[in-house]
Amino acid sequence: MVVEQIIFIIISIITLGGGFGVAVTRNLYYAALYLIMALAGMAGFFVLLGAGFLAAVQVVIYIGAIAVLILFTIMLSRRLMTATEPQANAQWWLGGIVATLLFVVLVAVVTRVDWPIAEAEPAADTIVQLGVSFLGSYLIPFEVVSILLLVALVGGVILAREVDKE
Amino acid sequence: MFSLVYLIPIFPILAFAVIVLGANKNNKLSAYLAIGSMVISTVLSWLVILATLADHHIQVEGWSLSFPWMPTGTEIFNMGFAVDGFTAAMLFMVPFVCLLIFIYSAEYMEGDPRYARFFAYVSLFAFGMLTLVVAENLLLLFIAWEIMGLCSYLLIGFWYERESAKKAALKAFLTTRIGDVLLFSGMLILYAQTQTLTFRGIFEPAVLEHLSNTMMWGMPVSVLVSLLVFGGAVGKSAQFPLHVWLPDAMEGPTPVSAMIHAATMVSAGVYLVARMLPLFAVSEIANALPWVAIIGAITAFFGATIGIAQNDIKRVLAYSTISQLGYMMIGLGLGGFLAGIFHLLMHAFFKALLFLGSGSVIHAVEHGAHHVNDHHTDPQDMMNMGGLANKMRKSYYAYLCGTLALVGIFPFAGFWSKDEILAEAWLQWQESGGLGLPFWAWLAGTLGAFVTALYMGRQIGLVFLGQPRTEAAAHAHEPGNRMTIPLLVLAVFAVIGGFFNLPEPFPASGGIHYFAGEIHEFSEAAGLHLEAVPFTLSVALISTIFALGGLALGIVLYKDLKAEQPDPLEQRLGSLFTLLKNKYYIDEFYHQNVVMVVVDLATLCAKFDYDWVINPIVDLVGLIGKGLANISGKFDQVVVDGIGVLGTGKIFSWSGKQLRLTQTGQGQNYVLVLSLTTLALVAVYLIFLL
Amino acid sequence: MSSVPLSWWLVVATGLFCLGLYVVLSRKSAIAILMGLELLLNAVNINLVAFWRYSTPQEIGGQIFAIFVIVIAAAEAAVALAIIIAAYRQRQTIEVEDFDTMQY
Repeated sequence: MVVEQIIFIIISIITLGGGFGVAVTRNLYYAALYLIMALAGMAGFFVLLGAGFLAAVQVVIYIGAIAVLILFTIMLSRRLMTATEPQANAQWWLGGIVATLLFVVLVAVVTRVDWPIAEAEPAADTIVQLGVSFLGSYLIPFEVVSILLLVALVGGVILAREVDKE
Repeated sequence: MFSLVYLIPIFPILAFAVIVLGANKNNKLSAYLAIGSMVISTVLSWLVILATLADHHIQVEGWSLSFPWMPTGTEIFNMGFAVDGFTAAMLFMVPFVCLLIFIYSAEYMEGDPRYARFFAYVSLFAFGMLTLVVAENLLLLFIAWEIMGLCSYLLIGFWYERESAKKAALKAFLTTRIGDVLLFSGMLILYAQTQTLTFRGIFEPAVLEHLSNTMMWGMPVSVLVSLLVFGGAVGKSAQFPLHVWLPDAMEGPTPVSAMIHAATMVSAGVYLVARMLPLFAVSEIANALPWVAIIGAITAFFGATIGIAQNDIKRVLAYSTISQLGYMMIGLGLGGFLAGIFHLLMHAFFKALLFLGSGSVIHAVEHGAHHVNDHHTDPQDMMNMGGLANKMRKSYYAYLCGTLALVGIFPFAGFWSKDEILAEAWLQWQESGGLGLPFWAWLAGTLGAFVTALYMGRQIGLVFLGQPRTEAAAHAHEPGNRMTIPLLVLAVFAVIGGFFNLPEPFPASGGIHYFAGEIHEFSEAAGLHLEAVPFTLSVALISTIFALGGLALGIVLYKDLKAEQPDPLEQRLGSLFTLLKNKYYIDEFYHQNVVMVVVDLATLCAKFDYDWVINPIVDLVGLIGKGLANISGKFDQVVVDGIGVLGTGKIFSWSGKQLRLTQTGQGQNYVLVLSLTTLALVAVYLIFLL
Repeated sequence: MSSVPLSWWLVVATGLFCLGLYVVLSRKSAIAILMGLELLLNAVNINLVAFWRYSTPQEIGGQIFAIFVIVIAAAEAAVALAIIIAAYRQRQTIEVEDFDTMQY
């Protein structure tokens, strides 16, 4: 179905374009915005793949929480908002080469492997499956992750608070 | 009975061992051990003699005991003891004379700090001489010969504080060594030719014939071996030209002179020649006997001539010994086996008597010198003596007996023995006619007898007669019994000894015929005379006239000599006397031409060693070693230390310095490395596995 | 069956991954690096869900994994940003080049 492919290509362009923007732009604020663009594209991908819940989670958490957090941090480090000097460090060319090569090699690998393709369709109620799994077979990771979140929360507060000058 | 014969030498060597190992602290015990062992040996010898006398067969054929001793290739060399008539005769003289001398020394050596050592040495010597006499083969004889040479060295140098004694000991040893080397060479050639060294084996007619027919170096082997063996005898018996050690050997104590250098050791040479006489005599082409007689004649005359110019009492006797040994060689050399050994036996008795007597005289003068606190007078110089006959009656009479025996006055022992030799020479001269060897031998012997009498007369006159010439002599006195009694016993033998072997037609003649021994068997073909020589009146008269004349002349010239007067003979003979006094300058000649040559050669070798070759080589090797060590050290320093140790350290520290540059502290660098690695891995996966 | 083959998804995920890698390797600012890190994680998520969709659609494990990734990314971003703020307060800079006390 050509339509699906076209939609796929458009969303790819958005995502990859966002990524590219993050890589290139000098302004950090703009970089954050490009990131949001990429993340949005990601949500589109998830919809395309039939993982609707995941798309929602992506938008809410990634864009709504993480990207906003990044924006806050950028604004808190004020001087950096309007910096115009080159953002690339000394090894950018080497990084570019490595990344390119890695892309080439990985693509070569990926297209050559005979991935096992299943004929079946996914169930209609993936959310139910998700819920059952979280409190069923994946209970322990679920609980551990919640502890992790707690720790991150506390840690983040401690790390970022103003130190009293005594 | 005969099997006791090996015990005869054992007791003296036991005495030696015991004295050396412990008894040398106790003087009296040492003397008793030595004398006691000699008593036992004497008794055993007497038993053997009696057994021999009783058994005529033994006298002729001999008895022997041998046992396997040393493996030599495919055979075993035997050692052994043998007894025959000749051995018995020697066994009569040797232990007895040694015993008397031991007793004499017990008093003579009193007060000497090394008294016990003296008895150890003389016991060892007695062992040597007795073994020599009972030896069955030349090797055992040679071993005993060498033992006696060692004891001679030790005893001549007994008073080693004296430089002259040390030198004399060494001179004796080295001079006789020359003879020993010749003897040993003879033994080697003999063994090579005959595969045996036993006397019985050598004198087998077949062996003798083989030896006389085989030629080696242009002469028959028998002659060659005989001359070599005679060379040994020339050394040991102090014949010309190896006589130079005997006068110097008088440095030893007087008992030593008596025993070793008068009665026994020097007669070992004569014994050897007598034993080997069949070998000397056998040959159709040529034989060695004339040489024996020639050397003997020269020695007899010339030894006596030196004796008349010596002032030391012992030196006169030493030259007398040399001369008398020459007489024995004359006897043997003319084929007169019995004459030769008869004189050997008689000479032992009276020469020992004379030496012991001189020892008594020396002791007396020494005591006299002590008495008057005179420490400068030489107690051995006859010019310091005189008139001792009144002071030492017994010693004087004994000495007189010895003198008369030596000079050859009827009826003393020396008359018979010397006369037999002269008669032998005379008779051979009469038989052969012309002026050959026997004539010259007779002439030398007779003239020698005159000179012998002259020096003995001179000695009697200077020592015993007239008035004392020094205070020391005036205070001399007779020594004790232990010294006087042996003198008297020997004097008895000096008087009656001759009667053992009276020539025909006297009654009881030919006694020594009993002692001819094995020689009988082998001698017939060789033409040896084993019968007693018939009494020849003309010879006896001529020699007696000469002897009496010489004796009288000597006594008359010297008996009234005063202290400051010059020597009468010196006055009359002038430069000839000086020549005689200096012993014909032979010692100087040897020193210049033999000793210095050897010394120069040794110096040359030393130079070779030290300066020219060996030391420089050693130094060079040392330098090379040092150089190599240096190189090695440098290598060690530069390569091992520098490159190896330090270098390795530097490599590590350099690489460490380089490697730590990778720790930039920049996280992004680390991620880059990670990515590179991942890239590499995936690429590998791609290339090799897909 | 979907008309988009699996390999397209994987290529896109790879491209996003390499872009994120490039950002991590070559930006000076710590916050930019964090953004690159988020891109990496998202690329991983695409892979996970694509494989869930094409290889094991009956099991929900792929989506579960992706949800966990998102959650952990969130926690990690929070902590990282807190660190960056604290570091900015100390050093007045957030260029990672300046945090070089771990240098030899």
